[in-house]
Amino acid sequence: MTRLLALFLLCIPAAHAQLSIEITGAGAQRIPIAIVPFVGEKTLPPGISSIVRADLERSGFFRGLELPPIAPEPTEATSINYAEWRSRLADALLVGSVQQRPDGRFEVRFRVHDVVKQQPLGGIAYTLNKDQVRATAHRISDFVYEKLTGEKGVFSTRIAYVVKRGNRYELQIADYDGANAETALASFEPIISPVWSPDGKRLAYVSFENKKPVVYIHTLADGRRHVVANFKGSNSAPAWTPDGNRLAVVLSREGGSQLFMINADGSGVRRLASSSAIDTEPRFSPDGQSIYFTSDRGGTPQIYRMSATGGEPQRVTFEGSYNVSPRISPDGKTLAYITRNDSKFQVALLDLSTRQVQILTDSDRDESPSFSPNGRMILLATVIGERGVLSAVSADGRVKQRLSTAAGDVREPAWGPFIE
Amino acid sequence: MRAMFCVLSAASLALASCATEEQKPAAQAPVETKPGAPQAVQTQPVKPVTPGKPGASPFAALKDPGSILSKRTVYFDFDKFDVKPEYRPLVEAHAKFLRENPSAKMLIQGNADERGSREYNVGLGQRRSEAVKKMLTLLGAREEQIEAVSLGEEKPACAEHSEECWAKNRRDDMLYSGEY
Repeated sequence: MTRLLALFLLCIPAAHAQLSIEITGAGAQRIPIAIVPFVGEKTLPPGISSIVRADLERSGFFRGLELPPIAPEPTEATSINYAEWRSRLADALLVGSVQQRPDGRFEVRFRVHDVVKQQPLGGIAYTLNKDQVRATAHRISDFVYEKLTGEKGVFSTRIAYVVKRGNRYELQIADYDGANAETALASFEPIISPVWSPDGKRLAYVSFENKKPVVYIHTLADGRRHVVANFKGSNSAPAWTPDGNRLAVVLSREGGSQLFMINADGSGVRRLASSSAIDTEPRFSPDGQSIYFTSDRGGTPQIYRMSATGGEPQRVTFEGSYNVSPRISPDGKTLAYITRNDSKFQVALLDLSTRQVQILTDSDRDESPSFSPNGRMILLATVIGERGVLSAVSADGRVKQRLSTAAGDVREPAWGPFIE
Repeated sequence: MRAMFCVLSAASLALASCATEEQKPAAQAPVETKPGAPQAVQTQPVKPVTPGKPGASPFAALKDPGSILSKRTVYFDFDKFDVKPEYRPLVEAHAKFLRENPSAKMLIQGNADERGSREYNVGLGQRRSEAVKKMLTLLGAREEQIEAVSLGEEKPACAEHSEECWAKNRRDDMLYSGEY
């Protein structure tokens, strides 16, 4: 474990280390993979193979094997002696090389092998600049992960979160592993509830810069933003429709906290539901047909589902007196939310077909769960030692990670979508 | 150049100016223009009025520690939204003020303690701000004078994690325009 941690710290250069990652658990059945340092990769610090290894281990599905120096060093062009790699206990093998091109750019080639089936699974050659090492390594991780698990990897995705330092709030965007953090918005008033547009180009969020909650949409590439909802009263809890054209929001303009639909340009507001309760935290199902939301219409806050066109809501959570912040998984089959157990707030996962509930975390002040786009991990905010930190837990509860900054509270995480 | 003389009207005095050294007359203030006054007039600097003196601006009472109107906070019990009897005189005083000063505008910011979901806490704070707004309007303040909003758990008055602290955070703050 110490060695793993050391590896992660090594592979995140200090200049970019806004968030550092610590793994506090591991999957039960991890694929042992031999990741041979790419020949020539020292010219491209911090080293592609170490980033790939960190990615794969962080997923909880892989265990990077410790390798002795191997001579001659194998590359993607080497003919592989599978029996030899089996005897090193590898089920999978990744080899590659880096070469500088005459134009000063670099070429990275790699090949992944299934050692058990004794066959190559494919490889790619990438041309890159020196500042694209991490992005390229994450692409390689995505390739390896998909070849060996059959699912898409999330190593090239990004996350958004809010850092509070003193009385300053920053909405930051970082790689999924916390590297390359950039500040999209800095404010002296709170920022909450960031949500990614389905195309990953925009964020909707709630800013209190006008001394009240107002919903904005912020385009990341050019930093432009516009008000979506600034009606009399409070405007909060934005949620994108899957097509990215409209949002569900919570407005108090007609009294109480109630669900409305609004176009992304702020036009066409219309009421979605009507109750005398607090209705908030809407989220669309992936097919856009249903909305999950929090409501205390039954006396305690619970999660309900209703048709996206309105209609009678059905209660979804029944165990416990406080179930909030519904987040539907990308496949629509499970629901993550925050439940209160005694005085602990923890992430729960509800299987919507079997109705089974599993508590995924052992922390006690969890908030704002957010599924990775492949549904395998859930990012959340929690508090450790009086400081807000981000944490990630696998959807089976086995792998846990913590992301924290040196200074400041981190909260309100939102995992971005796959980017093509 | 001859100065223009202005008479400050209580109803039209911009609230924002109460807090500043120099007060400028509001647009509707009845003014007496001396013959020959130039178009580009200069306003006479006006000293802040002294509370309690005849003709003083009623808005000064909002800042007067001796006036109940300088008190702006209503506290709530855990998971409760009803205005407790002990805060009735305070809300009544502000209702009377809003009634007597139709130009006055108020923002009520409702707050919740830190426990639980941030967005649900926005809902709880909203319920609290609307509870005070409702009482104010039942007591004669006009709906248009008041905006009830919520800051959820985002602006705690007290930062510790204890019931004593949480009790200070379950509150409504009443602000008049110019104060936020």
